[in-house]
Amino acid sequence: MSGQSQRLNVVPTVTTLGVVKARLVGATRGHALLKKKSDALTVQFRQILKKIVSTKESMGEIMKESSFSLTQAKYVAGDNIKHVVLENVRNASVKVRSKQDNVAGVKLPRFEHFTDGEPKADLTGLARGGQQVQACRAAHIKAIEVLVELASLQTSFLTLDEAIKTTNRRVNALENVVKPRLENTISYIKGELDELEREDFFRLKKIQGYKKREIERQMVAGKAFAEEQAVEKVALMKGISFNSAHNILAVGAEKDEDIIF
Amino acid sequence: MNGWTAITSRLNSIVRGYRSGLLTAADYNNLCQCETLDDIKMHLSATEYGPYLQNEPSPLHTTTIVEKCTQKLVDEYKHMLCQATEPLSTFLEYVTYGHMIDNVVLIVTGTLHERDVQELLEKCHPLGMFDSIATLAVAQNMRELYRLVLVDTPLAPYFSECITSEDLDDMNIEIMRNTLYKAYLEDFYKFCQKLGGATAEIMSDLLAFEADRRAVNITINSIGTELTRDDRRKLYSNFGLLYPYGHEELAVCEEIEQVRAVMEKYPPYQSIFSKLSYGESQMLDKAFYEEEVKRLCLAFEQQFHFGVFFAYMRLREQEIRNLMWISECVAQNQKSRVHDSVVFIF
Repeated sequence: MSGQSQRLNVVPTVTTLGVVKARLVGATRGHALLKKKSDALTVQFRQILKKIVSTKESMGEIMKESSFSLTQAKYVAGDNIKHVVLENVRNASVKVRSKQDNVAGVKLPRFEHFTDGEPKADLTGLARGGQQVQACRAAHIKAIEVLVELASLQTSFLTLDEAIKTTNRRVNALENVVKPRLENTISYIKGELDELEREDFFRLKKIQGYKKREIERQMVAGKAFAEEQAVEKVALMKGISFNSAHNILAVGAEKDEDIIF
Repeated sequence: MNGWTAITSRLNSIVRGYRSGLLTAADYNNLCQCETLDDIKMHLSATEYGPYLQNEPSPLHTTTIVEKCTQKLVDEYKHMLCQATEPLSTFLEYVTYGHMIDNVVLIVTGTLHERDVQELLEKCHPLGMFDSIATLAVAQNMRELYRLVLVDTPLAPYFSECITSEDLDDMNIEIMRNTLYKAYLEDFYKFCQKLGGATAEIMSDLLAFEADRRAVNITINSIGTELTRDDRRKLYSNFGLLYPYGHEELAVCEEIEQVRAVMEKYPPYQSIFSKLSYGESQMLDKAFYEEEVKRLCLAFEQQFHFGVFFAYMRLREQEIRNLMWISECVAQNQKSRVHDSVVFIF
């Protein structure tokens, strides 16, 4: 994966390591939470799906019944009953209001139907078909109830679907991109720090070796000096210095006029 | 019989000819087998409805079928009305007053709810149209309605009965409709009595049945509504088999079982109510329709009376109802219910 080799562009220091580690902890917690949310949403999603299926099944039957009840009313009360009823309507008696439900932080729209005002004392079709008109009305109200419920479920379904997709994308992004990147960064910083430590160690070793050699050298020099001192002591005792004795021939030959060969 | 002329005889034979064009049980059986509305159209093309449906484009709708069949009825009615002389022409006009009342009420209702008059006119039943119907829309209260428009229509005398209700709310409109209808039935009854002879005999039977059916239906439909007993009593027509004692009993009924108890005292209706099982009102409507069809068919058995015209119009309306039911059942895939409400005429 592309995230595998990536890491954050940071200075490898202990402070940064602390910061990145904190971020990783945060990412892990966020991932866990989002995963939980996604699960909760999925549970809800499945429930809604189940409800939609059953409502749709019942809807077929109910719609059939309601349209057939209209036929019955028409048969008894005449074809014109449709217009009689329509012209009597001033405003809708069944209305829909929308509400919001909260499922794991996702706002789901929810529709509810309610009856507006008193149901009128209906005398439509008094002489013929009044009962059929009432039955037709009842059947259609039932159909409206089912339709509203279905609409509510469908809308929730879509919203939830969108929410689940977003959440899953976030979960995956955290799991596959952000977390590996932070982990890579941490391992990079750790690696760098180790490197630094090894360098320091090596440098210390080097310095130690140098110091050792220096001490040895000084020891050797000290010894030589001590030997020299001892030789000089002997020469003093004998009255000549080895050095001067040594040199007397060479130096005296050129400069010392007292010495005549 | 007075007023029976050569022209009336001719119309009499025409209407009897029309009657033989009604769909038979075999036709209904064929129609009930149909799978789609196009099949129905195909079957109907072999009947008298053929010319009315043949030019309809293929995605056929139930309302189109019903509309076209109604159109045929209207054409036949107009044909007869054009040729009729007094008193048959008045009789034929009386037959359509029921639709006229419905149209007036529809326009008034629509006007009160501020609907477009042109739109309302399209929804009116074609049989109930009269010239000044569009002007109904100007009316704001009953007095104005009567003064401006209705006084010139044949419905004027009926309105005088309910002119007292000043404001037109929904309750009053439905009561108005039924008061008008009651007045209409009584007037029609009187008119037929005036004609005398076989017409009076047959029509009084048919109208009495109509009045009684309305009384029962009003009773059943007003159970559980705000309609008071007195108001209910006022909507019953003042003739018929149930008048007056049956009406007194129906007026106090509070549930359908009481209605049944009242109706079983009257032998002609006993058979209808004995067929019903508990709490079935859909069946009641069908039973009433069947009884009506039986009586209407009997009207054709006698000669020299106007009842045949009324009977023919009613039978056609029943046929259109049957066709509507069959096509709706076919269109909605409810073929198991198709026999529930079809009333065979022959």
